[in-house]
Amino acid sequence: MDAKDILGLPKTPLSITQEKKSRPQKDSQRKPDGISREVYALTGGVAPLMPSIDVSQLKRRPPSDEKITWQWLPFTSSARKDNLQLYHWVRVVNGVPPTGDYSFAKYNKSVDVIRYTDEEYEKHLTDPKWTKEETDQLFDLCERFDLRFIIIADRFPTPRTVEELKDRYYSVSRTILVARAPSPGEVAGHPLVKEPYNVTQEIERKRALSMVLSQTKHQERKDAEVLAEAKRIAESRMAARAAEEPDLPIASDIGPESAERAVGPGDTISPSNVQVPAPAAAPSTSVIADNSSTLASLRMLRVYLRTYALEQMVQAASSSAGLRTIKRVEQTLQDLEVNLKPKVPTKAVCAEHLELRKEILTLLNLQKQLQYKEAEGSSFRDGSYGDMPGSAKRSQRAADQDRTFVLDTISFGGDRGVKREQKRKGPGRASETSSSPAGAHKRPRKMKASDL
Amino acid sequence: MGKPEDGEKKKKIKDVEISVPIVYGNAAFWLGKKASDYQSHKWTVYVRGATNEDLSVVVKQVVFQLHSSFNNPTRVVDSAPFELSESGWGEFEIAITLFFHNDVCEKPLNLYHHLKLYPEDESGPMSTKKPVVMESYEEIVFTEPSESFLARVQNHPAVTLPRLPAGFILPPPVPVEDESKRKRGDTKDHPLSQWFLNFSEADELLQLAAARQQVQAHIAKLKRQISMTGRNNQQFKPL
Repeated sequence: MDAKDILGLPKTPLSITQEKKSRPQKDSQRKPDGISREVYALTGGVAPLMPSIDVSQLKRRPPSDEKITWQWLPFTSSARKDNLQLYHWVRVVNGVPPTGDYSFAKYNKSVDVIRYTDEEYEKHLTDPKWTKEETDQLFDLCERFDLRFIIIADRFPTPRTVEELKDRYYSVSRTILVARAPSPGEVAGHPLVKEPYNVTQEIERKRALSMVLSQTKHQERKDAEVLAEAKRIAESRMAARAAEEPDLPIASDIGPESAERAVGPGDTISPSNVQVPAPAAAPSTSVIADNSSTLASLRMLRVYLRTYALEQMVQAASSSAGLRTIKRVEQTLQDLEVNLKPKVPTKAVCAEHLELRKEILTLLNLQKQLQYKEAEGSSFRDGSYGDMPGSAKRSQRAADQDRTFVLDTISFGGDRGVKREQKRKGPGRASETSSSPAGAHKRPRKMKASDL
Repeated sequence: MGKPEDGEKKKKIKDVEISVPIVYGNAAFWLGKKASDYQSHKWTVYVRGATNEDLSVVVKQVVFQLHSSFNNPTRVVDSAPFELSESGWGEFEIAITLFFHNDVCEKPLNLYHHLKLYPEDESGPMSTKKPVVMESYEEIVFTEPSESFLARVQNHPAVTLPRLPAGFILPPPVPVEDESKRKRGDTKDHPLSQWFLNFSEADELLQLAAARQQVQAHIAKLKRQISMTGRNNQQFKPL
């Protein structure tokens, strides 16, 4: 309650009673009729937008004028060919048993296996690899097992592969169909005729499938890599072809930078049809991020000027640096009395120049690092806000700021921050015992009049 | 790989690059007393081999595109020495397009040169004897040269061949062309040759090496400083 006072919240017992009142109301609203509350809660507990269950139907009772009994009665099924007498429970309404066939008989489907006569066999179906006996057996099994060839292959007396059996069955059926048909046009639509079974293709397909299935993770990864590589190559080729179109002599755009050389499957990238004339003095309009891709794209050019190449490499090397850094690099070069663009750009000179630039970049980075570290160190030494996470950065702006803070705290005698114990260790604290008005604040901030 | 070629001659060789060092620029003579308002200087713009060798083994034709105020501003030079002389009064940018032989490269290359007529030191006297010369060094790099090109330039002084990949055997070099023809193409005895600038990579290399040493020393010093500061900071870091 004190906390509430401090935070300035109104003490409102009213709101609590209000809550209690509203709850029972909502509860009775929510509970639907027809199903118990728990069951309703299972489905989410909230009324659906479109009630899927017609609630009134749920506890429907059968109309009271009918008399229902259940009886153990015999029945027949059209699906059974034998005369087996079976019994089951039947719902009898007013003493009248239900009529009609067994309700599951309609699911008894089977395949129409074409049966040939011996004559037809002699005429069309003789085959060196199959005897009549075998073919007959095959067709028997097909009918028995509804064309489940795997089972048929298993049951077949002589060892035959599934593909062979399928082949024989389908070709026989096809031939018979065509032979029996009055004209070829009539059966042309029949699926057996339209799409003949292709044995070799099937064998090949199954083999490939099993190969894919049995691939190890390692192989999968390799395949994915190769595909990605191929995609990249195709894309670079396409972009290169597109880049060939605007064939202007001045300031041409060097196409894609995706010409990275891959270690794996073939470097087919470099020899391409792209030959873009390289402007000597005009700066290139493209920025190539990676050094290796710079090299690759230069290679694609077939002919280029050394100064142009150097420019590209310099750009690539300093792509991560801001404009200010680049200017500083150039300033440094001038201080060292090195030409910004070498006067004699031979291969060796250009290489040295590039290395020098990179080293200068490193130098500048290190300088920055040193600055950070020194600033950090000075803030630690002052001991003021050294435990603050952002202190290093902040004190970078001006080490003076820190000193001002220290002065402030000494003069006003206020200690900021939560960790007072640590601050006692610091040097030169004037009055640390005075209480801090803003004890809850973790970050030091400028003094406010209210803090005093 | 590469374009559909006719025959083996155009087979490209990977991992070999041929570089041709050239110098391009102009020399301009003040006409002194004979100068008029519109013809104050006589200048020659040219492209030559860096060591004054004949470039026609590589270059088939050079096209100089002059300022539109000139008659027929597109000047074509079909043979070495690849130069063009004119007289005028103004400085402007000349676009130089190099066309190479078929087996060298099928696309042309562009260079741009600002014609320089007046000396740096504007107040100094202008002499009719000594020309104002402005030259730029450049290297043309051919990646994946064709076999026939390689064979032709194998021992030619105008061209720099790097170390060939191991096991690579070049076809036997084509016999040198007609002596007299070759003599004419190089610029060793060119009338302007006394004014040609000398481009030595040695000086630049020295300069760069010195600069790099300085920078590297500085880097080492900074690294020491950083690690020292890091150690110092450790003492003061709060627990």
